[in-house]
Amino acid sequence: MVRSRHRLIRLGVLIGAVLVLGACSLIGSEDQPLTTFEPAGPFAEQIDNLFWPVFWIAVAVFILVQGAILVAVFMFRDRDGSKEAKQLHGSPKLEIAWTIVPALILAGIAVPTTAAVFELTECDPDAIEIQVIGHQWWFEYHYPEAEIDTANIMVIPAGQEVCAVMTSDDVLHNFWIPALNGKRYLVPGQTTLLRLQADEPGEYWGHCAEFCGLSHSLMRARVQAVEPAEYEAWLAEQQTAAATPVEGTDGYEGFEVFGAKGCIQCHTVRFEDDSASNIIERASFNGPDLTHFASRNVFAGAILPEEGQSRDEALKDWLADPPYIKPGSFMPDLALTEAEIDALIVWLDSME
Amino acid sequence: MTATAERPTTTIFRRPSSTKGLWSWITTVDHKRIGIMYGYAAFTFFIIGGMEALLLRIQLSQANGEFLTAGAYNALFTMHGTTMIFLFVMPASSALMNYLLPLLIGARDVAFPRLNALSWWIFFFGGIFLYSTFIFGTSAAPVGVDGIGGIDGNLAPGGGPGSFNFLADSPDGGWFGYQPNAGPLYSPGTAMDYWALGLQIIGLASLVSSVNFLVTVLNLRAKGMRLLRMPVFAWMTTITSFLLLFSLPIIAVALFMVTFDRQFGSLFFAAQAGGDVILWQHLFWLFGHPEVYILILPAMGIVSEILPTFSRKPLFGYSAVVFAGAAIAFLGFGVWAHHMFASGITPVAQAAFGLATMTIAIPTGIKIFNWLGTMWMGRIRLSTPMLFAIGFVAMFTIGGLSGVTHAVVPSDWQQTDTYYIVAHFHYVIFGGAVFGLFGGLYYWFPKLTGRLMNERLGKVHFWLMLLGFNLTFGPMHWLGLQGMVRRTWKYAPETNLEPWNVAVTIGAFIIAFSILIFMINWFTSRRRGEVSGLDPWDARTIEWMSPNPSPEYNFAVPPVVTSLDHFWHLKYDEDAEGRAVRKEDGDEIVATIDHEQLNPASPIHLPNPSYFPFFFALGLPLMFYGVIYHKQLWGKGLIIVGLIIALAAVIGWAIEPLEEPHGDHDEEQDAIPPSPPAAVLPPSEGETESSDD
Amino acid sequence: MTELIHEADLDHAHPEHEGTGVEDRKLGMWLFLSSEFLFFGALISNYLLYSQRPGFPQPYPAEIYDIPFTSVSSFVLLMSSLTMVLAHNAQTREDANGARTWLFATAALGSVFLAGQVFEFTEFIVEFDMKLSTNPAASAFYLLTGFHGTHVAIGVIMLLSLWGISRRRGGLSDRHGLNLELVGLYWHFVDIIWIVIFTVVYLLSEPPL
Repeated sequence: MVRSRHRLIRLGVLIGAVLVLGACSLIGSEDQPLTTFEPAGPFAEQIDNLFWPVFWIAVAVFILVQGAILVAVFMFRDRDGSKEAKQLHGSPKLEIAWTIVPALILAGIAVPTTAAVFELTECDPDAIEIQVIGHQWWFEYHYPEAEIDTANIMVIPAGQEVCAVMTSDDVLHNFWIPALNGKRYLVPGQTTLLRLQADEPGEYWGHCAEFCGLSHSLMRARVQAVEPAEYEAWLAEQQTAAATPVEGTDGYEGFEVFGAKGCIQCHTVRFEDDSASNIIERASFNGPDLTHFASRNVFAGAILPEEGQSRDEALKDWLADPPYIKPGSFMPDLALTEAEIDALIVWLDSME
Repeated sequence: MTATAERPTTTIFRRPSSTKGLWSWITTVDHKRIGIMYGYAAFTFFIIGGMEALLLRIQLSQANGEFLTAGAYNALFTMHGTTMIFLFVMPASSALMNYLLPLLIGARDVAFPRLNALSWWIFFFGGIFLYSTFIFGTSAAPVGVDGIGGIDGNLAPGGGPGSFNFLADSPDGGWFGYQPNAGPLYSPGTAMDYWALGLQIIGLASLVSSVNFLVTVLNLRAKGMRLLRMPVFAWMTTITSFLLLFSLPIIAVALFMVTFDRQFGSLFFAAQAGGDVILWQHLFWLFGHPEVYILILPAMGIVSEILPTFSRKPLFGYSAVVFAGAAIAFLGFGVWAHHMFASGITPVAQAAFGLATMTIAIPTGIKIFNWLGTMWMGRIRLSTPMLFAIGFVAMFTIGGLSGVTHAVVPSDWQQTDTYYIVAHFHYVIFGGAVFGLFGGLYYWFPKLTGRLMNERLGKVHFWLMLLGFNLTFGPMHWLGLQGMVRRTWKYAPETNLEPWNVAVTIGAFIIAFSILIFMINWFTSRRRGEVSGLDPWDARTIEWMSPNPSPEYNFAVPPVVTSLDHFWHLKYDEDAEGRAVRKEDGDEIVATIDHEQLNPASPIHLPNPSYFPFFFALGLPLMFYGVIYHKQLWGKGLIIVGLIIALAAVIGWAIEPLEEPHGDHDEEQDAIPPSPPAAVLPPSEGETESSDD
Repeated sequence: MTELIHEADLDHAHPEHEGTGVEDRKLGMWLFLSSEFLFFGALISNYLLYSQRPGFPQPYPAEIYDIPFTSVSSFVLLMSSLTMVLAHNAQTREDANGARTWLFATAALGSVFLAGQVFEFTEFIVEFDMKLSTNPAASAFYLLTGFHGTHVAIGVIMLLSLWGISRRRGGLSDRHGLNLELVGLYWHFVDIIWIVIFTVVYLLSEPPL
């Protein structure tokens, strides 16, 4: 009686485990923008192709070992009338077998692994270079040829290789766009490379993966892949300077707040009229270049706007108290009035 | 120290003589009592670390959770990791090693009992020092390179939505303390100093005990206990001690570098001034990876004791299991950079470390297959210790397999720093080490108390923990592959990671509940459990030839070992088929052993208690507090006070009288004046009970 | 290391046993020193790594070494190993006076070495303005040589303790004789480490271009 109840419990656990696994695959079908299972370019694809065979080998070993445990427990369990066990001390043959077989399997895994490591680390010489600079807590993207500087969302041409040349301005960061490639550190004082390529236009989510201080969880990234022609147009657009607001126009009040409240100490805006630009030397910590702020669909470390929030609403929250939204943020709470915030938003929205 | 009633009365110092109460615990040098103290301290830290985990899980049970502030979250995950590794699993292993190592090899104590007490007290004060950061520590958001940040009140860490921000004033750089984030520029305040110096103290404790255990194993084995007749747990203790001996100096150097950077302005990890932040990772993982094996090998040893006992068969491939353990330890020093595959090290290094990591799977596989071989064709009794041992094999296998996927370097680029890694190492450390440790506690509980733990509660504990464990850490594999990064205070609702996070949090609470059941079982069984007798499990190894609860002197008659599994062979013969047959007089043999071991024929000479390990250990944290506050006068004062206490303790230690006033060698005979036999009788049960409290 | 000195009362608490035949405390000291090798190994590697990184504020340690001076102090430390051997030798011959004298000589030579190091540090800091925080190579230099100096200082204290005990009791007992051997092991270790440091860090190290 007791024994059969125990068996029932065990059966229950087994069925439960199967259900859990099944549910796993169901939930996986939902939209998960950070998933590693939907590679969108050749590099992520290559990793994915490497992962699955290893995964299935692991599953086979898993079934073998767990199956052996279950069989042993059920078959050799001490029951009434069980005989004492034979006192076996081991078997050299078996020892050799279970040394060599795993070694061979691992050798089989090692070969493509090693090949992939070398293939995936060296950028193609013809790749487009984009510099990625990590800051607490946002990514800066610098396009050296076009000499433009943007933030949070990286625009790349679809179907072409991009070589991300990366470093950090402060602590370690880790740039990760799961659909495009694995991770690579951004190391202060050193340069690292990461190959990126998206086959199709689209928006790909990313995240800083190395713990980088207080708001590490709010350091996110986006990559927007566009058709090559669109990319060229975008580059040209970004190279243009911002119009200097003239007194009486819509953006002028915001522009004044920007100057008066000291925003320009950290944020660069390239104006048409040099006299107005007042760009100070890049401080050792600096905020994103805002020249084409309105062309980016995310800001503040790619955390805003949140789902269901309009951009202006998000901006309003952000400007009211940045360190509340992003703890430790270097952008301080400047105690802006509602009017000042509204004015700033009008001006910022004008900078397409 | 009741076994030696004779003490000198003529010297300036008297060695302490309390046998009960607080002083007896402070001055004890008995490896068993030290083991018990290690155990209770480790368990306390386990509860604390577990609470921290539960708070983290509450925060993560919803997307954009607002239960904890960012600062509190970061502090809690830092302290959770640090606590579980350095203040729970290591000392818990230490507890079992301390209690059992001399018993396993047939010795009366470890080689250096006072040093053993010193290790324990250093650990104890180190733990308190580390945790005092919650009271004294300060932590602040980075002030930026030139101090322009923090214009507006963000000098206090955290802020933002959430509560428990008072917890944020504690170490928040992660248990791995990556530089430069944990350095002076980006983690101002004293909290990370508490972390670095606390680990330094705790490391010293482990270093001292590793030397002690090694000398014990090498020099104090019972007659006939050749190295390859030692129980596997004794072997794994040995291997672990070697790992500690060779890896701790590395982390000591690394932590000194951090402390010097933070306190005295050196530039080791200051990237702007030429420091090398990746060097920290090399040094940390050169220690940190052997550390993983320091955590798991003792549990492997425990499991290698339990499986044969409950399968009623010898351990399959004993020497293969031992050598595989040594191989794992050896290879463990050559794989550290697999923690750094994303750090931009050269492809050659990545490939090499990937291959080295794969090779570790081979000895690990050997162990697993030999454990299966032990169970195969056995006569398996599913008592609670056995359930935990089987649970260990099953869960550890999963951790090992996910480990192989990390060795595939490009896969690791996707997996590293995600919850997949969190899942992996919890399967190894929780599913492995912790299951093994619990198995050991159930198995050896009679040695502590002379009683058995309640089987029914034990089984409920096991099944709940297995369920909770898999519900907690199983889905983390999935979460990681779906892009949930580690050490993340918040995740966006759009990532659709919430459902499994809810499951994980529920699992964590199930684990907590199962631990509660364990505690109830432990404390009720201590007083009311079934009396075990000498040999409750029909065991194989000689620690069961010492009575339960263990008398202070371990063995009245030191066993003379004639084979592996010596105790079993005293009780059993083999028939023509090779099956075990209990000797006709088996019960008598056991009864005789029990009687002999309980009634020593002559007085037994044991090392005396000492005050000085306690005081020496007390000096260290005082000095280290002084280092943190060295810019203040009182800080400098503390260094001096600590130094004086430590030095005085060393002097006292050195001139402390031996048991006999004239104190030198070869006084074995005259050291033992005639004394009433009562003095050498083992402590009565009641006494042991009360002294446990 | 100091805590190993007086552990004599414990060995005979154990019944007969299998063992290496090496006395417990000596074995313990060997194991401890093996750990210490890695400690200094890490510190020396550190220095080698940092000393080769160009482009940070001068001076680098390798630019300001006073090799003749350090050679002399290295020689002093080497000689102290010789006197240590003589002390041990005298002890085994039960020549209490000889052992005491040589112990004192060893401690004195060790102290001279330490004084030399204090002088060297002072010169580097005051005259050449190379502080702990000047560049990472300087940090690594001070950490390495500083820890070595600390080890020498602890050794001197242990030697002087033995010398004091010997003076008070008119000689060292067997138990303290073993202590002398242990301190000797430690002392030779510290010496060997210095030979490595002197060769690798002082003689072979060049400032980066």
